[in-house]
Amino acid sequence: MCGIAGLIHRGKSSNVGGEMTSMLQALKHRGPDSTGYAVYGDTSSGDYIMRLKAAEAEDMNKGRGITSILENRIAEVDLILAEHGAVVKSKEAITPYALRYVLSHNGDTGMMAEHIEETEGVEILSMGNGLELIKDLGDASVVSDLYGLNDFKGTHGIGHTRMATESDVDIKSAHPYWAFPYNDVSVVHNGQITNYWIMRRMMERKGHRFMSNCDSELLAVYVAHDLSNGVSLEDSLRKSIEEIDGVFTYLVATKNQLGMAKDTMAAKPLVLYESDEMIAMASEEVAIRAILPQEIDTYDPYDEEVRVWQA
Amino acid sequence: MASVSDAELRNMSQEERVTALGMRTEQLTGRSMFIEFDEDAEERFTYPWAPDVDYNKRTEIDTGDMTETEVNAEIRSLMAQGYGTIVIKDPRGKHSLGVGILNRLNLIFEGSLGYFGVGLIDGPNVRINGRVGWSCGENMMSGTVIVEKNAGSTFGAAIRGGDLVCKGSVGSRTGIDMKGGSIIVGGDTGALSGFMMQRGRMVVCGNAGKNLGDSMYDGTIYVGGEIQSLGVDAVEEPLSDLDRAWLTRKLTQYGLMPDNGVDHFTKIVAGKMLWNYDNLEPTEKKLIL
Repeated sequence: MCGIAGLIHRGKSSNVGGEMTSMLQALKHRGPDSTGYAVYGDTSSGDYIMRLKAAEAEDMNKGRGITSILENRIAEVDLILAEHGAVVKSKEAITPYALRYVLSHNGDTGMMAEHIEETEGVEILSMGNGLELIKDLGDASVVSDLYGLNDFKGTHGIGHTRMATESDVDIKSAHPYWAFPYNDVSVVHNGQITNYWIMRRMMERKGHRFMSNCDSELLAVYVAHDLSNGVSLEDSLRKSIEEIDGVFTYLVATKNQLGMAKDTMAAKPLVLYESDEMIAMASEEVAIRAILPQEIDTYDPYDEEVRVWQA
Repeated sequence: MASVSDAELRNMSQEERVTALGMRTEQLTGRSMFIEFDEDAEERFTYPWAPDVDYNKRTEIDTGDMTETEVNAEIRSLMAQGYGTIVIKDPRGKHSLGVGILNRLNLIFEGSLGYFGVGLIDGPNVRINGRVGWSCGENMMSGTVIVEKNAGSTFGAAIRGGDLVCKGSVGSRTGIDMKGGSIIVGGDTGALSGFMMQRGRMVVCGNAGKNLGDSMYDGTIYVGGEIQSLGVDAVEEPLSDLDRAWLTRKLTQYGLMPDNGVDHFTKIVAGKMLWNYDNLEPTEKKLIL
C-alpha cells in the first residue's frame, strides 16, 4: 500500500507546496516510510532548477568522514557544471546531503546530467524549468518542514507516501521519480509491476539508466522515452496499460500537464475531483478533503481509464 | 502451548489433537448458530445485547473534528441512551464510519464517507447523502443502505443480506463474493462486478464493465445498459415474470425505476459449468469455498 496524490490548478498558481503537504499528511497511514513531492513552479525565467542528493539520509550517521566526502562530491558536481558551461545562479544546501541549484545553461542538459551522476553517491532528483522534486524519509509534515515546502507557489504537483515493500527505506527508492534525463517529467505510482525486469531490460537496451530497483522507476523511464520520441502524454499512458503488466495506478506530471492511468483490473484506488478551478486526485478522498473540507462530488476512474489535464 | 509428542498425538481423538496443536483457541458460539438452532429462543431477530432504541428519539453529531474511532464510539453511546435516529454531520470522507451496528437504527450521514463505511451491519437503515469510498457495506447482513451519489470499488463485497443501494455509479468489482441480499446501482458499474458471486441479486441500471459475473456460482445479475463483456461461466437467461415483478418492486421502492420499464434488462446467471464440487470430499469443498 502506498498513497499518491496530485493537484493541478487551471491557469493559475497557488500554494501547491502547502496543499500537497495537507493531502500527503492525510495519506500518512498508507505509507509512513518516506514522502516525496514533485511540484511545478514559475517557469518564466528560463533557468534550470536542479535538485540532487549527494548521499542517503542514513549516510549521515557514518561518522565524521562523511562531511569531507560530501564536500568532495559537491565540489565535483560544481566542476562538471563549469565544464558544461552552466552558470550557477544560486546554490542552496537544504540539508547536508540535499542541494538545490538554479542554473543558466544553453547546452545539452541530458549530457550534463549523465556526467554529474558519474560522481559516486550523487543522484539528480530532478532537472527542469519548473519541476522541483523533493523526497526524504518521514511523513509529509517532516519533509515539508525540512525543505520549506509550505510556501511553495506553483501550478501543479504530484506526491507520494511510501510503504516500502520490495526495496529499501531510502531516498533513492522513494517517489516521485524524475524521468532522467528528460526535463520536467515526474511520476508517482501505487501498485506493483509484474513484468518489471522484462520492461527494464528493454529500456536499458534503449540506453536508459535506472537508479533503483523500485518498479515505479520503470514508469518514469517508459513515459520519458515516449515523450522524447514525440508520443503525446495521453498516448503514452494508454500504451503503457497494454504493455506494462500488474496492478497499478500512476500519475505523471510534465511542465504543463498532469495525467493519470489505471490498470486493466482497476485494483489500485484513485478518487478524482474536478472543478472549473482545479483538479485534485488521491488514493483516498480524505486527502482531497484535507484541502477542500466542504462537501464535493468525486468519482473513481474505471479500469484502463486515462486522463490528462492542462495547467 | 506445551509441547506434545507424536506418540501422545496418535492416542488422542481428532478434537483433542486439534486443541493440543493450538488450532482451536475459542469455543464456536456464533450468533447464527445460537439464533438458528436455539429452539427455546423467543426472539430470533435481535441480538440479546442490542440496545432498545426509539426511532423518534433523534440527535445530531458534528464529526468534522472527530476521529473515526470517536465517531463510532459516540454512535454506540447514543444507541445505549436509546437514540434511534442519529444524524452524522460533516463526516468528511472518514473511513470505517458506522461499522458493526447490530441493531435497528436510523443512521443518516450528511456528507461523504471514505473506505469501509457501514460494513458488517445487521439491521440499521442507513442513508448517506454523499459519496462512499471502497468497500461500502462490506459483509452487511441485513438492513438498508442508500447512497445518494457515487460509490467506489468493491461496493457490497461479500454482502449476505439486506438492500445496498447506490443511486450514482459505482467502481469495479461490485458485489464481489456476494452471498445474499440485493445490490442496486442507479448508474454504471466497473469491471469484474459479481466476481465469484454465490447468491443474491444485483441490479445495474446503467452499463457494466468487462468480465461481468466472472466465475459466479449462483445468484442473478440484471443490467439495464450495455455489458462490455461477460466473465467465465456467466450466461444470459431470459427475464421471467417473477424477475420483472421483483425488479419493478425494488426499483420503484428506491426511486430508480426507468421510464421505459424493466423489459430491456439483461439477466445474467451462472452457467454452472464450473461446478465440480460434488466430486470433492467435504474437506476439499471447504478449502475451495
